[in-house]
Amino acid sequence: MSLLEVNSLTVDYPTSRGTVHAVEDVSFSLEKGETLGLAGESGSGKSTLGLSIIRLVPYPGVIVKGRIKIGETDILKLPEHGMLSIRGRRIAYVFQDPMTSLNPVKRIGAHFVELIRTHEPNTSREEAFQRAKDMLKNLGILPERINDYPHQFSGGMRQRIMIGLAIALNPDLVVADEPTTALDVIVQAKILDLLESLREIYGMALILISHDLSIILERCNKIIVMYAGHMVEYANSTELHKSPKHPYTQGLLQSIPNIELADQKLSAIPGSPPNMLDPPKGCRFWPRCPYAKKKCSSKEPPLIDVGNNHFVRCFLYSEKGANSE
Amino acid sequence: MSKAETKRRILGPLIPRLTSLAKKGPSGWMVIIGTIIVLALVIMTAIGPWVTPHDPTKYHGPIRTPPSLQFPMGTNHLGQDMLSRILCGGSLMLQVSALSVLVCFLIGVPIGLFSSYIGGIFDRTMSLVIDAIYAFPGLVIAIAVAAMLGTGVVNMALSIAVVYIPSYFRIVRSQVLSIKELTYIEAARAAGAKWHTILLRYIFPNVIPSIVVVASINFADAVLTAAGLTFIGLGVTIDIPDWGWDLTSGRALIASGAWWVITFPGLMIILLALGFTLIGDGLSELLNPKLQR
Repeated sequence: MSLLEVNSLTVDYPTSRGTVHAVEDVSFSLEKGETLGLAGESGSGKSTLGLSIIRLVPYPGVIVKGRIKIGETDILKLPEHGMLSIRGRRIAYVFQDPMTSLNPVKRIGAHFVELIRTHEPNTSREEAFQRAKDMLKNLGILPERINDYPHQFSGGMRQRIMIGLAIALNPDLVVADEPTTALDVIVQAKILDLLESLREIYGMALILISHDLSIILERCNKIIVMYAGHMVEYANSTELHKSPKHPYTQGLLQSIPNIELADQKLSAIPGSPPNMLDPPKGCRFWPRCPYAKKKCSSKEPPLIDVGNNHFVRCFLYSEKGANSE
Repeated sequence: MSKAETKRRILGPLIPRLTSLAKKGPSGWMVIIGTIIVLALVIMTAIGPWVTPHDPTKYHGPIRTPPSLQFPMGTNHLGQDMLSRILCGGSLMLQVSALSVLVCFLIGVPIGLFSSYIGGIFDRTMSLVIDAIYAFPGLVIAIAVAAMLGTGVVNMALSIAVVYIPSYFRIVRSQVLSIKELTYIEAARAAGAKWHTILLRYIFPNVIPSIVVVASINFADAVLTAAGLTFIGLGVTIDIPDWGWDLTSGRALIASGAWWVITFPGLMIILLALGFTLIGDGLSELLNPKLQR
């Protein structure tokens, strides 16, 4: 049985100018200890997908369809107070901006103590405090600094603290939503290394959301590439790196600079992401796709199994695919 | 943690904190001077009844005597000693303003927090009601409510509170509106915090600095409104010495040249309001992180 199972999830944002399907018909599963990468550009629905796993899609978003199961629990059927014991305890979330993710008037220790005692009311204050100190050691922060306020830490340290808070209760799954976007490259690598080593120690699963496909290729077992709310490709990372199938994924991979090549020209994907209020008919990528055919602009391609646990939403593979039309 | 250690942790930084207040420039000095003025007036009023040279409510010498050695601030038209009345006369004003600030705080802050946090129709209705109150000139509402409730310390405090609840509500509401969208609130929610935990431990502490500023300015306004209410006779009964009353009686006497009856209580009211205003303005600059160097 999978740790996390997401089935044909659809999340809508009803707005005054029409409905935006931010996430449409996304399905995947995650085993214990696995790392899943969600790649895609801004507005592709990757954060919405991440937030819907803890049912905190921001207003006016609603989960209109689908099933999300964590272990045996179908979390979309839980009442709101039932979610309180899931959030933080079984699924933890690390937000993008470490500068504003900590309460400015609370000491670091108090953040840990409150989190631990919210979910484990029997733990004494002293014990929770001690656990917080141990966690700081794991994070590479001096335990003596436990009584400092958030503004006394640097951005990288704050993000480490956020990660510490996320794993303090040893959750089954950590969702890290662009955890390193606000940080510089050196700190970024450190944070990701920390996340990886802690994940190995605690044995939790990780969903890493990023717009940077190179990070995801490096750090994740499985990868989902999102485009305009659609899951356009789903494969494990070596497979995706070796033979990217979707034209969008190919474009993304070609736009990663490679220092070993003599020809340093970068190729970019022409055009810009679609207006989500009025997405293109058919395949959402066709206006920017170099291989677009007539069929692409009228019919939506299904998710095609190209073998080796590799799925792609593109007509180019329909004749080879198992469930072609 | 031992008791002695707790004591040291609380008392230890107090004196360095006071001196560091002075180092913060003009706003620090405003707070210090304001606090000294207010504290001096509070102490004066508290020990007033024991140190008065004469009973402030009894009739002593001749009426309308100008300041002299026997009556340093003169006497009024009833022959009461003005110095004694000044020494005791702040009690009512201080009680009323403290009580009204407390009532404002206890009502304005919670409804501001809830209304803004819950949002929707509830928030709109609350804002509409509060804005309706806000639209009236403060003294007019205070007079209307005081006239309905009658005289007395509690009634005066309530009628002043009605005027100032909207300021608390609006400040708290606007602050909560911006704070509740911040990531740490979302992070708390993602960590499974209950709604009341978020409201009380995450939002409320971040609103406190603004509330402190509103409260100290509210004190100054309450003093003036209380003086206004007693001035027009909606305050307390005549047998209690009060600066506001002395203004009323002094106003009738100023034409006859007895300036001392109205001048001294007037100065006291100005001094008290000035003290609170200095604290309020100073704090608003000190507590605003954007103005800090």
